[in-house]
Amino acid sequence: MVHDRTVVLEDVREAALRPMGRSGWRFWALAGVLALVVVVGAGAYVYQLIGGLGTAGYYDRGFWGIYEANLVAFIGVSYGGALVSAILRLTQARWRAPITRLAEAMAVFSLLVGAAFAVIHLGRPDRMWELVTRPQASSPIVWDFVAVMTYLVATLVFLSLPLIPDVAVLRDRFSGTAGWRRRLYGALSLNWRGKPGQRRLLEQSVTAVAILIIPIAVLVHSVLSWAFAVNSRPGWDSTIFAPYFVVAALFSGVAMVILVVAGFRKGYHLERYIEPKHFRYLAFLMLTLDLLYLYFTFTELLTEGYTLNEQVTPILTQLLAGQYAPFFWLFVVGAGIVPLLLVALPRTRTVPGIVTASALVVAGMWLKRLLIVVPAVAAPLISGDWGSFRPTWVALSITLAGAAAIPLLLMIFFKFFPILSIYEMEEMAAEPVLEPTMSEPAVPELVTAGVVERGIR
Amino acid sequence: MADGVNRSVTERPIVGPTRGRSVLSRRRFLGVVGATAGTAVAGVALAESGLASAGATAATPAAAHQWAFMVDLRRCDGCQKCTQACQQEHYLAKEQTWIKVYTMTNTDGEQYFMPRLCMHCQNPPCLRVCPVGATFKNPEGVVLVDQTKCIGCRACMAACPYEARYFNWGPPPAAPTLASQPMPEFPVPQLQGTVGKCILCVHNTDVGKLPACVDACSMGALYIADLDADAAVNGLGETVKFSEFLQANDAIRYKEELGTQPRVYYILGHGQDLSF
Repeated sequence: MVHDRTVVLEDVREAALRPMGRSGWRFWALAGVLALVVVVGAGAYVYQLIGGLGTAGYYDRGFWGIYEANLVAFIGVSYGGALVSAILRLTQARWRAPITRLAEAMAVFSLLVGAAFAVIHLGRPDRMWELVTRPQASSPIVWDFVAVMTYLVATLVFLSLPLIPDVAVLRDRFSGTAGWRRRLYGALSLNWRGKPGQRRLLEQSVTAVAILIIPIAVLVHSVLSWAFAVNSRPGWDSTIFAPYFVVAALFSGVAMVILVVAGFRKGYHLERYIEPKHFRYLAFLMLTLDLLYLYFTFTELLTEGYTLNEQVTPILTQLLAGQYAPFFWLFVVGAGIVPLLLVALPRTRTVPGIVTASALVVAGMWLKRLLIVVPAVAAPLISGDWGSFRPTWVALSITLAGAAAIPLLLMIFFKFFPILSIYEMEEMAAEPVLEPTMSEPAVPELVTAGVVERGIR
Repeated sequence: MADGVNRSVTERPIVGPTRGRSVLSRRRFLGVVGATAGTAVAGVALAESGLASAGATAATPAAAHQWAFMVDLRRCDGCQKCTQACQQEHYLAKEQTWIKVYTMTNTDGEQYFMPRLCMHCQNPPCLRVCPVGATFKNPEGVVLVDQTKCIGCRACMAACPYEARYFNWGPPPAAPTLASQPMPEFPVPQLQGTVGKCILCVHNTDVGKLPACVDACSMGALYIADLDADAAVNGLGETVKFSEFLQANDAIRYKEELGTQPRVYYILGHGQDLSF
């Protein structure tokens, strides 16, 4: 909705640019620890490059394992960031304004980490370029490559577009200085002046990308699932895999959004803008996806297991009552039922309770990805013993580095770009307030209430 | 697991059933194969293998042979000489069992041995999933890997229903310095970070020699066969008319129901289930 009024909320601008100021010792301590974890992981990767993938714990009866689970898990949480933002934009949920930036940035950086694991898992990463020079269209790996690259472009655009007016704010702020910041923000703001034509174009573009990114993200996760499901391998050859992966990505992604929002809210004292109700709305979304994922898990197990197919039954037996059972039930209880209760019960539906639930979901969904990859690989196809996958310190170091890289990259990013979407929060304040409805909770009143005090320009 | 499917054992019509094993010398077999080479119906090979068309000319038929393999389970005693010979031939690490002898149990609870090599499927799942075309089928129907192209994604290992593919997880064993670079037809030494598997010893069959495993099998359980010549020979020099032998002995192809169309045929005889 384009209107003539422009609102400047100085307190929002101060909060959004707060991370760009001088950082305290807590920031540097956390950044230092995260950087150390990343450096150790990078060293482990060099070791793996020299010694081969065997140094990570791989062998012929465990040919896929932790890196493949990481790849699916990290790209999965990325999907959550993009989708949460896209869906909230398309449904015009006004409460989205303070969290879209965090969600969109998280989508980009976790996708970069996920894509890095696609490289780390290769035996010959030096020949990656062959995916461009000699791709074979029948290969699901090529589909993955095309889908992830397309999605990467989409998430970058999705992050960049709403940044343009915010970068213009920075450009104006640094206009008097002579440093690199002035030149950087001057170039990136694309001559944004906030004219009605520019604003109309921006809103149309953001809406278009928000619409496009949903099918792209669905496609990415379907294609990721097909890298497993197109094989005749028992445990993977399932028609339900594509939607199962899509729901898994959404479920873990919403949880990751909650964790990222909670972390930066606490770190930069954004409680005034990111309120408990934001966590509750996201938690209800997570609860719905939790139920959906448990439902998918149940229907997959039932239809795979009911026939007692001699190929599939041993895998399900191992999963439900054998060597993988402790992990499987840990997932069901830890990532399925406990988060469900934490969110469903009013007593625990607090910010700490919701953050605990989200942490359980993110960790549990990573475990679930391992349970999708490992047992199907370990199961004997001909005869004899089960294989296994035991990650070494190399694999664990690189995995931890991937997990640490996401908050580190976000911390660095918000040293240079606003952590809240200034433009959107000011737009919300300027827009005439509609009657609150079921789908539009009564958040905007709070924002507009502040407008009166701070004055409309 | 339909028996009807399992029993369609040859890719060409079978003339008529004759029991027994005609014993020919190895030279005679290679002579038979050689004679057929000149008159090989190139069209059959071309139709079967789309890859052949590129290099085919009238003067040089694309494929002189259509290689296949036969394992007579009645004879295998599980000695694993085939595995050892294969590993010596290709300088493989101990874990890389391009031909592996599985210990199986039949429905009566008795044990028997089953050598498993690459099935050289004519509809290979490993080939379809390879992102860079490093896996290919040569004009003679042998599935090969170009280790200088493989990016090491292991999608082929996920796709193979026979556990026939192996990965070089670390530095491969040292091999004597060779005049040539490793090539799909003789991948020695193996390259770290790439996938390897049975090549049906095409470097041997090309010059009229037997695959290392066939040569090493003192029980005569392993046969190399040429579908065009319709002949198969084992390490004892016994030659049989391939199509007749397959039909007379109720040969099957492993996991036929997956539609992979293997070129490896098994003769059962220990009370195995037809589908194993």
